[in-house]
Amino acid sequence: MADLRTNFVGIKSPNPFWLASAPPTDKEYNVVRAFKAGWGGVVWKTLGEDPHVVNVNGPRYGAIHSGDRRLLGLNNIELITDRPLQTNLDEIKRVKREWSDRAMVVSLMVPCEETNWANILKRVEETDCDGVELNFGCPHGMSERGMGSAVGQVPEYIEMVARWCKANTRMPVIVKLTPNITDIRKPARAAKQGGADAVSLINTINSIMSINLDSFAPEPTIDGKGTHGGYCGPAVKPIALSMVSEIARDKETQGMPISGIGGITNWRDALEFILIGAGTAQVCTAAMTYGFKIVQEMTSGLEQWMDERGFSHLDELIGKAVPNVTDWQYLNLNYIAKAHIDQDKCIQCGRCYAACEDTSHQAISNAPKNGKRHFEVIDEECVACNLCVEVCPVESCITMVQMTKGTDPRTGRKIDKKYANWTTHPNNPAAKVAAE
Amino acid sequence: MGHPDIAGRRLSKDAYAKNFADLHPPLSAHEALVESDRCYFCYDAPCQQACPTSIDIPMFIRQIGAGNPLGAAETIFEQNILGGMCARVCPTETLCEEACVRETAEGKPVKIGLLQRYATDAQMRTGRQPFQRAPATGKSVAVVGAGPAGLACAHRLAMHGHDVTIFEARKKPGGLNEYGIAAYKSVDGFAQAEVDFVLGIGGITVERGKALGKQITLEGLRKEFDAVFLGMGLQGVNALNSKHEATDGVEDAVDYIAEIRQAKDLGKLKVGRNVLVIGGGMTAIDIAVQSKLLGAEDVTILYRRGAEQMKASGFEQQLAQTKGVKIKHWVSPRKVLAKDGKAIGLECEYTEEKKGKLGGTGETFRLKADMIFKAIGQTFVPDPMKDALVLDGGRIKVDASRRTSLPDVWAGGDCAAGGQDLTVAAVDDGCRAAESIHEFLSA
Repeated sequence: MADLRTNFVGIKSPNPFWLASAPPTDKEYNVVRAFKAGWGGVVWKTLGEDPHVVNVNGPRYGAIHSGDRRLLGLNNIELITDRPLQTNLDEIKRVKREWSDRAMVVSLMVPCEETNWANILKRVEETDCDGVELNFGCPHGMSERGMGSAVGQVPEYIEMVARWCKANTRMPVIVKLTPNITDIRKPARAAKQGGADAVSLINTINSIMSINLDSFAPEPTIDGKGTHGGYCGPAVKPIALSMVSEIARDKETQGMPISGIGGITNWRDALEFILIGAGTAQVCTAAMTYGFKIVQEMTSGLEQWMDERGFSHLDELIGKAVPNVTDWQYLNLNYIAKAHIDQDKCIQCGRCYAACEDTSHQAISNAPKNGKRHFEVIDEECVACNLCVEVCPVESCITMVQMTKGTDPRTGRKIDKKYANWTTHPNNPAAKVAAE
Repeated sequence: MGHPDIAGRRLSKDAYAKNFADLHPPLSAHEALVESDRCYFCYDAPCQQACPTSIDIPMFIRQIGAGNPLGAAETIFEQNILGGMCARVCPTETLCEEACVRETAEGKPVKIGLLQRYATDAQMRTGRQPFQRAPATGKSVAVVGAGPAGLACAHRLAMHGHDVTIFEARKKPGGLNEYGIAAYKSVDGFAQAEVDFVLGIGGITVERGKALGKQITLEGLRKEFDAVFLGMGLQGVNALNSKHEATDGVEDAVDYIAEIRQAKDLGKLKVGRNVLVIGGGMTAIDIAVQSKLLGAEDVTILYRRGAEQMKASGFEQQLAQTKGVKIKHWVSPRKVLAKDGKAIGLECEYTEEKKGKLGGTGETFRLKADMIFKAIGQTFVPDPMKDALVLDGGRIKVDASRRTSLPDVWAGGDCAAGGQDLTVAAVDDGCRAAESIHEFLSA
């Protein structure tokens, strides 16, 4: 049986599934329920200084749904904890004592002065928690006060605060990064420079969920007005995966532990984050949508997959996909594939035809065969763009088949088995000629 | 076999209401959204190709999904102004939903009929229709029959700015929508509400109690109007050609169905304890199911061929069986058994097909019956036309634009040859004829 135990910068947990710092980890009551359900750890909802912040008394969340109201994306305008600091610290201490095998990380956000960080770190240490996560990510509310993403968007601040924290505590320090930045490698490098033990990402993305067509106001709407909030949930996963991969393969940050966050909804999502370089998987929206029980599906799915593939420890998997992430310029331009429609699976909806004919390469024919609708790929036109595969409603009805020999009927060029990329392509003005 | 047991009030008041409630309750807003999400928005969609009125089904479903039910309704009504009734009575299982690619993929087509009802109901609730008349042309057209073909034709002509007078033989307009469809398919006076909706465009006058060959003549109409559309349906009923057909207790299904539709108190309708229905089409199913719902104990449909040859769709056959109706195949009526002038049973003969020809096997049996319904088809009665029109297979011959052998007379619906005997096909006839008439009048 696969061993899901995790040691992340010295923080141990029975499985890699942590609840991210958010409403589900705001109170002892919730966290105890989470641990009972099987979560490996939590990052306690961000603590700040007293007097504690206040939240709005209207809607804090907005969402986009599928037709059947499956929640695809969620945003929030909730601030950090709105309870007194000591209340939280007492509860954290109690929960950690009761659930010593689970990871207890505490998220922090205080003004950018070393004394403020030193003071809160000292009080947090007394809870015997396992580590701290610096919240440099929240894009709403707190950023207006010079905290959250206002810090996370300035690499110099990240480095400075990380350094203060490392100087003022023995606990591992994780820096939580905001995705609301052009190049995610910059803040990650800054965190490393400042001595942080790890980074976690992504925090939420700046967003307005919708505009109400009756009130002409953004949603969620508070008394006729709305503001941008932090976007999360299944829809943000691809953005998060890309950012995690950037940090995992950057020369300067390579090997720095990463706690992956962003739309993780089931074991597959979590495993993808692990493969792209994450040591733990933080979850929030899925728990807020379905409750804590989902962790049982996650552990079961991950164990099952590892057992089937013969993996016994997560260490064997962390970053396993990273070497396969590359720059566009290194993709093999001699790789030739063609779409293929499995006529037995085809239900003749014609979506591939509409997509290809209207918006792509006119590489699918639409001519009745034996009196029936019939769609076929025209190899002479197919560039293997994959659009037909993605719009086909039937799984694996259309597939991309590699051509390994013969001639590409589109270009008339012989299939070349040698790898060749853009850097040496004749059309590239900057192509480097091989050294003589 | 004793005296026939024919009685009303076989059921409690609540049971009548429950039995004759909407067969397919409408979708809620959320259900409609979820169902619309299932549509793949096919290219050159098979469902649209299968629709006799060529409604742009993927488009109206997408409009529903995007929260625009009135736009969806307009898409439907553009092609079929009786889209509301068609949503209720179309045999979608043999038309659009049979063609749906999800039927191919998983045996569960998108519920196109119910989605169409969702959109058209939304429009009907606004109390107005999405179309306006073109400026008046000063031309006038006579439409005979206010059934689906006549209404569709009149509406399209009115849209083009022509003045239309509909002559209807019966008290109420609507034709089979009002008098012929099973009650549980058109509840809450929908047929009349739809007539009002159609007439809402303006420029259409309905003259009731005016039957061709009685109060009006084809010659008279041709003189008075610039063009004539005939959509009077079928007036005759096929005969059994068996002994004692005229006996009490032997009834025409279409008449009884009309009675059910017009009944204010269903409990007043008398129905036999044992009911036999002769026929294999939709009318047979409708009368059998409704007899059962009125409280008949045993209802049996007798059909001379097998299940596959029945004109009623597989869905309709199943519906009948679910309601407790028995369907007996390969039997043919020989003789009505009567006592004191009242039907008490039916002598039948088993049938078989030999070399493509249907015949009796010679073996007979007797069934007890308190009521026997004939549902063996209706016929066109051409007498009022007095040989003025060329017929084809006993119905009015028309070309692709539904023009008859007379240059100023068009025909559509059940009275025209080559039709499908469906509401939706009648609507298509009416529209095609209207466009052809418009072209004729504009020339």
